[in-house]
Amino acid sequence: MRYLPHTQADIDEMLAAVGLNNLDELFEQIPENSRRIRPLNLPEAMTEWELTAHMQELAAAGGGDWQVFAHAGSQPHHIPAIVPYLASRSEFLTSYTPYQPEISQGTLQAIFEFQTLISRLVGLDVTNASMYDGSTAMAEATLMAMRITKRRRVAVSALVHPHWRQVLSTYLAPLADVELITLPAGPDGRTDFSGLCGEPAVLVMQSPNFLGVIEDLEAASQKIKSLGGLLAAGFSEPFALGLIKSPGELGADIVFGEAQSLGLAQAFGGPTLGLLSCKTEFVRQIPGRLVGRSKDVDGKDGFVLTLATREQHIRRSRAVSNICSNAGHCALTCSIFMAAIGGSGFRQTAQVNLDLAAYLRSGLEKLGFRRIGSAPVFNEFAMHAPNNFEAVHERLKSQKILAGLSLNMWKNDIPGFNPEGVWLFGVTETSGKARIDALLREIEKGA
Amino acid sequence: MIELKDINIPDDIKYAEDHEWVSVEAPFRIGVSDFAQDALGDLTYVELPEVGMKLTKGEEFGTLESTKSVSPLYSPLSGEVTAVNDLLEDEPGQVNSDPYGEGWIIEIAPANLDELDELLDAAAYQEKLEQEE
Amino acid sequence: MTHKFTPAGTGGLVLQEKLLWEKGRKGREGMSLVKSDVPPASLPADICGSGPDWPDLSEQEVARHYTRLSSWNFGVDTGMYPLGSCTMKYNPKINETMAALPGFSGAHPLLPASACQGSMRLIYELESYLAEIVGLKAASLQPAAGAHGELCGMLMIAAWHRHNEKSGAPRKTKVLIPDTAHGTNPATATMSGFTEVKVPLGPKGYIELAQIDKLMQDDVAGLMVTNPNTLGLFEQELADIIALIHQRGGLVYADGANLNAVMGYADLGRMGVDVVHYNLHKTMSTPHGGGGPGSGPVAVSETLIPFLPGPRVVKNGDKYEWQTDLPLSIGRLHGFHGQFGVAVKAYSYILSMGQNLKKASALAVLNANYIKEKLKGAFDLPFDQPCMHECVFTDAKQRAAKVSTLDIAKRLIDLGYHPPTVYFPLVVHSAIMIEPTETESKEDLDAFIAAMLEVAREAGEEPEKLHAAPTLTKARRMDETTAARKPVLTGDMMTGESK
Repeated sequence: MRYLPHTQADIDEMLAAVGLNNLDELFEQIPENSRRIRPLNLPEAMTEWELTAHMQELAAAGGGDWQVFAHAGSQPHHIPAIVPYLASRSEFLTSYTPYQPEISQGTLQAIFEFQTLISRLVGLDVTNASMYDGSTAMAEATLMAMRITKRRRVAVSALVHPHWRQVLSTYLAPLADVELITLPAGPDGRTDFSGLCGEPAVLVMQSPNFLGVIEDLEAASQKIKSLGGLLAAGFSEPFALGLIKSPGELGADIVFGEAQSLGLAQAFGGPTLGLLSCKTEFVRQIPGRLVGRSKDVDGKDGFVLTLATREQHIRRSRAVSNICSNAGHCALTCSIFMAAIGGSGFRQTAQVNLDLAAYLRSGLEKLGFRRIGSAPVFNEFAMHAPNNFEAVHERLKSQKILAGLSLNMWKNDIPGFNPEGVWLFGVTETSGKARIDALLREIEKGA
Repeated sequence: MIELKDINIPDDIKYAEDHEWVSVEAPFRIGVSDFAQDALGDLTYVELPEVGMKLTKGEEFGTLESTKSVSPLYSPLSGEVTAVNDLLEDEPGQVNSDPYGEGWIIEIAPANLDELDELLDAAAYQEKLEQEE
Repeated sequence: MTHKFTPAGTGGLVLQEKLLWEKGRKGREGMSLVKSDVPPASLPADICGSGPDWPDLSEQEVARHYTRLSSWNFGVDTGMYPLGSCTMKYNPKINETMAALPGFSGAHPLLPASACQGSMRLIYELESYLAEIVGLKAASLQPAAGAHGELCGMLMIAAWHRHNEKSGAPRKTKVLIPDTAHGTNPATATMSGFTEVKVPLGPKGYIELAQIDKLMQDDVAGLMVTNPNTLGLFEQELADIIALIHQRGGLVYADGANLNAVMGYADLGRMGVDVVHYNLHKTMSTPHGGGGPGSGPVAVSETLIPFLPGPRVVKNGDKYEWQTDLPLSIGRLHGFHGQFGVAVKAYSYILSMGQNLKKASALAVLNANYIKEKLKGAFDLPFDQPCMHECVFTDAKQRAAKVSTLDIAKRLIDLGYHPPTVYFPLVVHSAIMIEPTETESKEDLDAFIAAMLEVAREAGEEPEKLHAAPTLTKARRMDETTAARKPVLTGDMMTGESK
């Protein structure tokens, strides 16, 4: 086996050195009642060539060859060759968490740069070295706000991705005295937070929200601040921030997000990259790793993990979170992408997304689809479809085209919003006019 | 770490088993001993209580952080916190450089001065450190 | 001095590199950009912003930047990484190629089941292999990392108790955790709504039934236990301890950080474990990536199957389906289906290994015992007995020369090795925890042993070398105190001239 370097002679010499006769004797310390009796019931070991053939067969039915005109938290953006090429350098890929700064300056500087670029993107002072994904970043943002305010009432917008809200419920379920309130969707596809009252710890919003609508975070911020709580605002499509004001600028105290759009493959939903940022005053409550700049004993600039007393390996049961492994390599990949696209390219690409979405939306309107309210959207939007659309959608599946996502899938999950007959559509710069025109022609053809 | 013989143990204050010290007359200041600051290493953050907090003897009132540790602070006396050393927010290192002076942590209005008698004097504290070594 | 020692390979050219935003010029392009081919759209002026202030670099500037940064790193491909409890084994390259197959990497997570049968089959089969390897009944790939798997396990235990409380079982508020546990265990207990009850380590290095008998009261939900434990020892009384806990109405979560020691040799099902998490980035060879992403699937006993996170992949005839009707499930733990891309790598590894997984455990344990045997003369070994996949030394023999565990660790860097895990587990004073893994050859182990012996010699004869180490690296020992006192966490926090 190519991953096991020991020859029989090696094994014999080493066994002799430790005073044993065979490998099984190494396991005599396992008590009889804990030992495995049955052999491992696993397939026969495959050669690299057998494995490749098997995996190609699975991948052929993996779903990656579908054209999907919907996002719902997962976006197909162009990933230039340089991004996976550089990210796969094994000095990055096969290293551990940079606890030994002297031999981890590459990872540490890359994370410091990541923290800086993301802080600039979201408009806040501090960003950690990453969370697992957007949903868990949102749950941690909520727990963080509860610690800061010492309050137990959580208000979440019904227009936050339903899966993310489900994760939040899972995280809050075992905690005593937590009150989770869902603020309903309003008629224009924005959150109705008029009913928010009492002493909430936090208002949790997503913008653009699950329906693709850009929320009024400034008003949300004023509302929650008037009640003494914090605004935690997030996003699943960072490209929107190429064009709209950042959540930090609009008053968010904590920002969470999903950065899959920035150079990461969709990969059936993971691994992706959770973002978590906050104002400096809250830095002792942010979970996850932080890289700081410092100097070495010779006075040379360098980087080191810092403020680790927040974390589980030091504070144990009183840590701000149990998180240890994060999405470090995804953060590196995302940094390389941000470096490659640049500030100018990011803005330009965001504009292309906006243009193509507007083009598809007006095309669909001509085919009888109706908008939901008049609030602005970015590259994703929900529409009421004409009656025959379900059949058209079904027919297009045979061409491996997913013409939008039916919101019926979440029919009991969005208070204040009736998803009956409503479909979610999304495009990116990868869609292009030609593909959109082809889609519109197919829809026009009918079932 | 410095040798035990080099540890400064002033004899005009009292000590708790957990290495906090308290002055024996007003203002009743509380801090940590030279031994404690040396054992903890360079401090990076001092978490202070709010003025007005009511403490019972032995209750936790804050923490001291170094880069690799978090250590709770326990009150050697019962009483109400009347002042905290705000200087430590920006300069936690004062606890290391001047543990009995600029590095004091809180002031307390003792609820029961008899509790002072239960604390160690300098000689007893010195003896405790020697025994533990 | 006749002793001659040749380091494993250090020294060389260290290139300098600026910070990203100190490079580039506005208007450069680092990738091919799409031009709009439809009419321009616009947003209301009051919501428009200026976009992030990121630098503009050419593609080559980007390539040089990250290539230079990478040269300051040490990875498993660079050299031996004997980091205890982290299982830094070789990361097979074919696994990366498989995960990058466009059929997997391009798949949208919300495709209809009919469109992604291959991806669903992979999830289904990997879950069944993971359950089989530990001897349990079912598994879930949703947890995104080890600590997330711990959370999943403890949330299931909490949900199981809440369910039983409805029919009158006493309320559970505490959980037993041995002193040797990783910090994630007590932190997870807190996040799951429990308070920690510490279980002291027995004199022989493992927890004892008599202790658990005393601590396992009516309000205790169960036990979180790492086995083999962080001293590298197999818990001798665990099966009896678990039987007792079950008898008293509790459940047992096993931390699978150290599963690499026991594949094919221990049966967690027979032991009575209710839930265990895997670290696919340890045991199943997927790369650590400088801190993540990991993947922390859980495997469970019959008792906890209904409480697994959902939705779950089930097989109906020859079709794979999403099961969403899970009334007792703890719910979702991840935005989609967990770390699928990591799962592809672990699945590839398991198929490549087959029965060799058992041999991998045997060789991992052989390597650790070999190192223990060869170093126990030079370094203090607090528990001198056969170990599993890792062994724990201390700096006790070097302390007289004022040489600490940290100095030993840093000196190893100059000799070409990543240091072992240090100062953990906490129950051992100044621990040095060595886990070689099975992928290191005998020559590599012998070279590492020689380096450790050289460090021990230097500690006695030239301790200043250890105090000054490392000297050959991009950075030397960092001022961590100032970093924590005055945190500079972004380029925008850097002051005046240094920015």
